[in-house]
Amino acid sequence: MSHFVLDARYLLCPMPVIRTQNRIAELAPGDTLEVHATDPGALHDIPTWCRVHGHEVVSVTDVDRKISITLRVGKTT
Amino acid sequence: MSPQQPLPVTSMTPARTAPAAGAPRKAVALISGGLDSMLAAKVMLEQGIHVEGLNFYTGFCVEGHTHAIRNHEHAKPKRNNALWTAEQLGIKLHIIEVIEEYKDVVINPKHGYGANLNPCLDCKGFMVRKAREWMEKNGFDFIITGEVLGQRPMSQRRDTLPVVARESGAFDRLLRPLCAKLLPETLPEREGWVDRGKLFDFNGRSRKPQMRLAAQYGFTDYAQPAGGCCFLTNEQYSHKLADLWSTRGSKQYELDDIMLLKVGRHLRPRPNFKLIVGRDEGENNFLEGYRKRFVHLHAISHEGPLVLIDGIVNEGDLELAARLTARFGKGRESESVTLTVTDMQGNSRELRVAPMPANEIPPEWYL
Ligand code: SF4
Repeated sequence: MSHFVLDARYLLCPMPVIRTQNRIAELAPGDTLEVHATDPGALHDIPTWCRVHGHEVVSVTDVDRKISITLRVGKTT
Repeated sequence: MSPQQPLPVTSMTPARTAPAAGAPRKAVALISGGLDSMLAAKVMLEQGIHVEGLNFYTGFCVEGHTHAIRNHEHAKPKRNNALWTAEQLGIKLHIIEVIEEYKDVVINPKHGYGANLNPCLDCKGFMVRKAREWMEKNGFDFIITGEVLGQRPMSQRRDTLPVVARESGAFDRLLRPLCAKLLPETLPEREGWVDRGKLFDFNGRSRKPQMRLAAQYGFTDYAQPAGGCCFLTNEQYSHKLADLWSTRGSKQYELDDIMLLKVGRHLRPRPNFKLIVGRDEGENNFLEGYRKRFVHLHAISHEGPLVLIDGIVNEGDLELAARLTARFGKGRESESVTLTVTDMQGNSRELRVAPMPANEIPPEWYL
């Protein structure tokens, strides 16, 4: 189980969620992915995307538009 | 096959891979974020079909960030309607970025444009083709869309719906649950995967049948995009895109170009340049991100917008741009306004100009 970081800063929605989706497709269940973003839409889109795909949102921070969302990859079905 | 035998009307055999006993058939649904595609997917779920959604990001989508750019939208919760739809339906949604591939659809539509620069028929064919490819790769059985016969003047006519099925290569694996009863039987109906009797016969521009069905399913907070799912149906947007193409002398664009067309007030005072004027703080912040790629202006003696200059300008053009920039700031009634002009290397200098009176700005400058 490994930890990965994805830089999606300065991308406008829906690009951060698309990058997250494509990165997660390469990871294994239990891996964690820390996504950095600046578009506030990511605060909404990434957790929603995780819910519909069964991945876990471990933490969300937003300090002065520096957004960091950590996810744990769920079981692939 | 002997030469006498008729050619098959479909390109595929019924079941490429039969699902395991008891496993449901699988449909991939085009999910736009609007009500129709949501209903179409729900109709399939109600029939026990396994549904997953696809949503395409072309760069022209109305979704998401552009709503967030302008200040007054900040108070509203931002959501991606396609994702929201998927969550309501309890299905997976795959968002596919098609920015590069989609350019050919917009630039060279075989079937031409609709009322504006919307190539709806080519666009539908493109999206259904991408869905077919996805279906084949992922072992799904058929494709569904929320199309309604007669609802859109270009892509949803009786004579154009078959064009989409044919050109996408989906043929009779393309099912439109909301108007299927008005169309020839498709493979999923013929094979008994779905019950044609429980599909619909929605027809025409009235939204009432959809709203009734939405109420029946208990959907309330759905998105109702006016006009279409993308900016290309917007007259003003298309006008700006046409201006971009004609002034550059070729029908090309990059993602940044089409993003910038969504933001700010655009004025073309001279053929060689246009101005992009932020209309509020949100847009100014957005335009800030482009400072290194455009000569830009902003007032320092008064509050005012950030203005990007798109094009090559001489000293006279710069003064004109400065007078216009002053016009759109708080110094508009002052005798003079001081501004800074900054080039792409970041070198700044000051200019002092008289704001241009509103009545001296010809309406045709506004794109
Ligand atoms: S409105 Fe835009 S996204 Fe929708 S079919 Fe037409 S061109 Fe495609």
